[in-house]
Amino acid sequence: MAAAVDEIKQGDQPPGGQAGRPSLRHRLAERGVDRTLLLLAPALLAIVLLFMYPFVYGFGLSFFPRSGGAFANYAEFFGDPYERDTIFKTLALALPATLFNTLVAVPIAYRMRGRFRGKRTLTTLLTIPVTLGTVLVAQGLLAYLGPRGWVNRTLLGIGLIEEPVQLVQNYWGVFFAIVISDFPFAFLLTLAFVSGIDPTLERAAATLGAGAWQRFRRVTLPLLAPGLGITFCLTFVLAFSVFPSAILVGDPAGSTRVISVAAYRAAFEEYDYSMGSAIAIIMAAVELTVIVIVLAWRSRLYRGTSAGGKG
Amino acid sequence: MAATAEARGARAESERRRFVTTPAAWLVWGAVGFFLLNVAGVLASVAVNSFATSWFDSWLPQGYTSEWYRAAWDEFALGSVLVVTLEVALAVVVISVVIGVPAAYALARRDFPGKRIVSLAFLLPIMLPPITYGIPLATVLYAFGFAGTLSGVILANLVPAVPFVILVMTPFIEQIDPNIERAARMSGARTWQLFVRVLAPLLVPGILAASILILVRTLAMFELTFLTSGSDSQTLVVALYYSVFAAGIRAGQSVDAMAVIYMLTTLPLLIVALRFVNPTQLVAEVREQPTE
Repeated sequence: MAAAVDEIKQGDQPPGGQAGRPSLRHRLAERGVDRTLLLLAPALLAIVLLFMYPFVYGFGLSFFPRSGGAFANYAEFFGDPYERDTIFKTLALALPATLFNTLVAVPIAYRMRGRFRGKRTLTTLLTIPVTLGTVLVAQGLLAYLGPRGWVNRTLLGIGLIEEPVQLVQNYWGVFFAIVISDFPFAFLLTLAFVSGIDPTLERAAATLGAGAWQRFRRVTLPLLAPGLGITFCLTFVLAFSVFPSAILVGDPAGSTRVISVAAYRAAFEEYDYSMGSAIAIIMAAVELTVIVIVLAWRSRLYRGTSAGGKG
Repeated sequence: MAATAEARGARAESERRRFVTTPAAWLVWGAVGFFLLNVAGVLASVAVNSFATSWFDSWLPQGYTSEWYRAAWDEFALGSVLVVTLEVALAVVVISVVIGVPAAYALARRDFPGKRIVSLAFLLPIMLPPITYGIPLATVLYAFGFAGTLSGVILANLVPAVPFVILVMTPFIEQIDPNIERAARMSGARTWQLFVRVLAPLLVPGILAASILILVRTLAMFELTFLTSGSDSQTLVVALYYSVFAAGIRAGQSVDAMAVIYMLTTLPLLIVALRFVNPTQLVAEVREQPTE
């Protein structure tokens, strides 16, 4: 995305100042600063007022705890294993689920990269869970995977299990909820990146005698890897913010007491906005750390064009 | 967009790939089928239960009734919830498009000092979990008396919506040839004429796509609405969440009936959205046709 923003057509400066008047306005226009930039103002204002200001306000608020010194909230969070473990519980859910979503999306997107009959229908079908929203997915999973749901009934029917398996109200319920609602997103992004790779590159590889696996491993995968980094990041954001499903299909007092639950409980059930903000800030910091690590790894990969040469 | 029209073109015949029956292909299609089967199972569990008289230890319910829909409508005041949902969604769409599209234009056409920082500022709300900025935002909204009101919910939902419009529209504007604008200038068009008569018609497909995607996202956005809404400013998802907790008192079937109503409002929107926009084209230029 950043790449798309960077791709700016140079040299379409508007008539900033007249030719005989090399004014400040003209010199600014040379560097791309002119009245067009005023168009940015409303959006920037909205983001500053509704996003940056609250964030800074919350950051400040987190240093004014109900009791104790400036760092009391942070000390309390990291000192209490019940609170501290929410970080690991969230990561234990979000990292495997995101890895699963991203890795499974690769072969499927690779298989669907070309053009075939019914591709649009299949893409639409795969996208449906995105719109359902986490609450509906959670509600459905409770019935579908529950002890009397169709899955347990089928497994009992074929004699695979003796007793109904516990699939909801625990770690796995939330894991399935994340996969169902986020996999389509990972798939769409991966499909977009795969589609951006020029098929002639693979044809060239085939002409040079590469087999199907070699073409995938040596041509497509290296070109796809930076895109996979982005896919991982964006899908990770969704998985890391898991909230309603952690409460509805999870075990919100135990194994799926994720950090967003802790933040919500602190802010809106104990009405300790200071503590709630502190946890929200910690949550943002942990999430951004993972993203920065992934992006740092990504920056070491090949970053050239995936479009191939001329033709 | 343009590519979809081409997709039906003459080339499609020769380009169409056959289903290759290698083991790897079977594995992949099997995985897709398995995923879709489970999604269908989840949705069907909700849908079937919403019509069930009672459903305990059996494959299918004992009997069927549509009574729960009426119950859900009355119990959860769905009429007013739907009105609120519609108001929030439309306001978010209109405002985010009105302020997002001009910003996307500036980002697509100008290269200025500090552009990376501005782009980052627009990217951050999408890269952070809604809870992380939702809690401080709700606190601020409480301080200013916006919490629990319709405008508070709308303001909160704008935070991810505006960057999303910018993200979708920037590449879309970039692909419009700047020469068209220069030609209009040369022919004497003023700035507003340029926007209204040249750019707007070209941007309509992109704006429509962005609007529908925002609409779907706003309908499904749980966290921000949950944190900022009051009892009379809940959208459908939030009302659904609360009704799940009321399930002890109310029949589970009426909760599921409400879930089905929710599904029926979002699903058609998504299908319409996907007719306008190929989701894969939002990220990268699709290269399916080798130039020969």
